Amino acid sequence: MTLQTTDIQRRSATTSPLPAVNQHTEVAKLVDVSACIGCKACQAACMEWNDLRPEIGNTTGVYDNPVDLTDTAWTVMRYAEVEENGTLQWLIRKDGCMHCADPGCLRACPAPGAIVQHGNGIVEFHQENCVGCGYCVTGCPFNVPRISKKDSKAYKCTFCSDRVAVGQAPVCVKSCPTGALRFGTKEQMKDYAQTRIRDLKERGFVKAGLYDPEGVGGTHVMYVLQHADRPGLYAGLPAQPGISPMVELWKGITKPLATAGMALVGLAALFHYVAKGPNEVSKDSEKEAEKEADA
Amino acid sequence: MIRDPQDLQRYSAPERANHWVVGMSFILLALSGLAFFHPYFWPLTHLFGGGVWTRILHPFIGVLMMLSFTALFLRFRALNGMAAVDWEWVRRAKEMVNGDDHNMPEQGKYNGGQKLMFWGAALCMLLLFVSGIALWRAYFTLPVEVVRLAAVVHAATAAVMIALITVHVYAAIWVKGTIRAMWYGTVTRAWARQHHRAWYRQMTGK
Repeated sequence: MTLQTTDIQRRSATTSPLPAVNQHTEVAKLVDVSACIGCKACQAACMEWNDLRPEIGNTTGVYDNPVDLTDTAWTVMRYAEVEENGTLQWLIRKDGCMHCADPGCLRACPAPGAIVQHGNGIVEFHQENCVGCGYCVTGCPFNVPRISKKDSKAYKCTFCSDRVAVGQAPVCVKSCPTGALRFGTKEQMKDYAQTRIRDLKERGFVKAGLYDPEGVGGTHVMYVLQHADRPGLYAGLPAQPGISPMVELWKGITKPLATAGMALVGLAALFHYVAKGPNEVSKDSEKEAEKEADA
Repeated sequence: MIRDPQDLQRYSAPERANHWVVGMSFILLALSGLAFFHPYFWPLTHLFGGGVWTRILHPFIGVLMMLSFTALFLRFRALNGMAAVDWEWVRRAKEMVNGDDHNMPEQGKYNGGQKLMFWGAALCMLLLFVSGIALWRAYFTLPVEVVRLAAVVHAATAAVMIALITVHVYAAIWVKGTIRAMWYGTVTRAWARQHHRAWYRQMTGK
């Protein structure tokens, strides 16, 4: 939770208008995988700025450390070794929240105001409103949110919304020594990505391209990939991410349909009583029963 | 305490207590579950001490309902087999709803509608329990595709269950002289004779 903001575009479990007098330009982070050397400066900076101290883990024989996102590791480097045509490629992807334009976490969240999307596109978790149900994990197409064992709240990358709010770049971008991470408006980042892609194509990566998946309305964290035709090479980056049809069904038509259905059954019962009256034992039946009991 | 000595015993005290545990846990589950289903129902979390407490309590109450429902199911399973006469009752249910029960076939302890309700509730309960386990993140971690399916199944089945129980409760309110069977176990002879003639004969030998 940062300072109060009046640029809210979406808010979880809320059906009334949102404070949105301020509308900001969409921002984006660009992760140029081809320029990343895997130094993990961004991981260290993220821990520093956000004051996160994960438990000391164990090495598992690979560079990935920690091996997965956690409630205290909001970004991790994933190191994929791809052997093709007698060459080895080390594809290093900075994983973390993609800040989707259409966030599955926010759609799934039942707690009002636990997840908000700002006008600049940043998707933020407000832990004080989080109830710890984990529906955000269910809704996310990128497997990003993590529930803390300590407080049962959901955590993920904040896009350093506190820094962005005062005109600073996210701290991961600030710390990157090679320029593999860039920050700016979404348009600027898309333009810059094109120059990188042109360069990569000239160097023989004919399938180089931008990862800004349509299925989630685009993302505010985008990748420049050498092999944009095969995102799966990059430690399982989904080729066509989207909100699962199950989640759409659950959070879409089921809600009004089931609510109306339940209300209708209740009202039908009420008006049945009003129209038909109670089903009472008839006088005849009472007399007959008495007669039979005395007999 | 002796009321009318002519009254017929329909439910024993343990059966009644069992039903009340199921009923109370159902009400708590419906209220806490709806809170998570649609923002309109979110204020219901206040009944349980806030959103976090609602999230913590709901699954435990679910386990209580599953256990008590299973006990109730085992008690009444044998009495709820659907026979030809029950299907006949179901075919004529419209007449009954319209307030004319003269042509309804003679019923045993339960009529066709009650029996279908019994099996419907049992099926819902099974689906809710299995899908509920998948959603219980505090203790279970399943593949996300399974959790997504479970979320849909849990929500849809809960809506059906709430509708079924609404009908169940309304039927008890509509048919006068019924609710006392749930409170203290007896019904009048006239009630039994009118609504469950075969059971009445069996109980009284008339």
